[in-house]
Amino acid sequence: MLYVSQLINALQLGSIYALVALGYSMVYGIIKLLNFAHGDVIMVGGYIALFSLTALAFPPVIAALITVAGCTLLAVIIEKLAYTPLRFAPRLSLLITAIGISILLQNLAQLIFTANPRSFPTQMLIPAGSITLGGIQLGFVPLITIFASLLSMAILTFLVQKTKLGKAMRAVSEDMGAAQLMGINVNTIITFTFALGAALAGVGALLYAAGYPRIEPTLGMMLGIKAFVAAVLGGIGSIPGAMVGGYLIALLEVLVISMGLSQWTDGAVFLILILVLMVRPTGIMGRIQMEKV
Amino acid sequence: MGKHDPRTPLIPERDQDKRPVMECVGLGIDFGGLTAVDDFNIAIGPTEICGLIGPNGAGKTTIFNLLTKVYQPTRGSMYLEGIDTRHMNTMQANKAGLARTFQNIRLFRELTVLDNVLVGLHNEMSYNLGKAILRLPAYWRSERIAKERAMELLSIFHMQDMAYHKAGSLPYGSQRRLEIVRALATNPAVLLLDEPAAGMNPAETEGLMENIKKIQETFQIAVFLIEHDMHLVMNICEGVAVLNYGRLIAKGTPAQIQNNPKVIEAYLGTGGGVADA
Repeated sequence: MLYVSQLINALQLGSIYALVALGYSMVYGIIKLLNFAHGDVIMVGGYIALFSLTALAFPPVIAALITVAGCTLLAVIIEKLAYTPLRFAPRLSLLITAIGISILLQNLAQLIFTANPRSFPTQMLIPAGSITLGGIQLGFVPLITIFASLLSMAILTFLVQKTKLGKAMRAVSEDMGAAQLMGINVNTIITFTFALGAALAGVGALLYAAGYPRIEPTLGMMLGIKAFVAAVLGGIGSIPGAMVGGYLIALLEVLVISMGLSQWTDGAVFLILILVLMVRPTGIMGRIQMEKV
Repeated sequence: MGKHDPRTPLIPERDQDKRPVMECVGLGIDFGGLTAVDDFNIAIGPTEICGLIGPNGAGKTTIFNLLTKVYQPTRGSMYLEGIDTRHMNTMQANKAGLARTFQNIRLFRELTVLDNVLVGLHNEMSYNLGKAILRLPAYWRSERIAKERAMELLSIFHMQDMAYHKAGSLPYGSQRRLEIVRALATNPAVLLLDEPAAGMNPAETEGLMENIKKIQETFQIAVFLIEHDMHLVMNICEGVAVLNYGRLIAKGTPAQIQNNPKVIEAYLGTGGGVADA
């Protein structure tokens, strides 16, 4: 019984990690950028959700849509203002810019919302309650988290596999030059990738706030870094890899907590990062890079 | 800039009274102080098969990169169906009717054969993201038509059975063929082939020659190809241009080129004969 509820915990947390890791992995896949501002987009999403539910008193569905749209818009603005001008700059410049954007967003949030954590009214988004299945009590929050994440990932998979934009995205991530010669507008595809990743981050922000109802300017930091580890574990650049990585990292965390070592969870996650980078840097599902001769 | 006559003797008779599909006037590019290509003039008829030959390092691929706007020319102009391409980028050059293959194959290896062709058909499909997410009829119709078109193209080159294989898993000769199919999918007016016979055995080269003729006949488009295989060039090209040190040294029919002393000198130095490489 305890195992099952721990498993549900892991699935809930893993769903969120997977959603966030997808944003990292897709952006890396297409422009080889580790977008460290991704976690902070989720933090902004948390505040958007908070205020659209409380100050603006929108119904849950509207608030959710505003959050997803807000995250998407923010990511597209960041891409256009900060990353597009650096398209032909060394990758390190892009990485440093991403870290800069992350610090900027955190400090802006501190300035505007103060550093004090605010509690998130989960019941205004997902009603309190639970269902009992075979003697096991399942809360609405974890259930909806798992369901909404799986649905989002299914939509993403459909978009990437079955639409022309998705195919163009995979083509650009493999060979940008050849894709351009096929008449593909690379700028549109890159913006689309950022937007897609941020929309998933918006869903992640809602679910994270509902499950762990504490909104503060540094919310995105640890979440972002752990999702990054998940993306690396799954194989950065790989979409199914990000999903698998997210669930595996959450499983590891819950395992460590259930052994009574809750202060070691972060350490365990970073240990995984070190091990992956040492043993198999391409991750579980990453492409093995072949050197051109 | 050299004097240019659009009616070069290269253009085959059937295309003589038509506007050239592609025309370069005094095209040149410098890299730093080095002139890689200079004063490149050519006019290609709408259904012509034209070859570009020259020793290694002569600047042949550079010319392809200029035509496809991978590089912007330092001097001169390039016209596609009479339209100046001065302000175009690579994507726009493709939309304007130029498609190419690469010396070293650049397929989307992780995508299936069919998806590679569908990427080529990207601009032919008209539906937006909203329609795709809601899976409206417009999405299904557009995807179905594109898929049928892709399968049709593949079947012309007898590749329909490989449609669902990963492009990277195909044998070498099929990868070369797929690259041509993918380029054709973008509906070009001129198909640029960069050493299509490289690495092929004589039997595969024969097949390739048939395919190039088939492309010209079926699609009624121009083919401009770089090739070292003289057997292929001399047999299927109607016009041949010879490049050496970034400059055109000769233009003419295969027979004229074979007996041109300048060409013989460029390939073998003074006092030799053209090798049937």
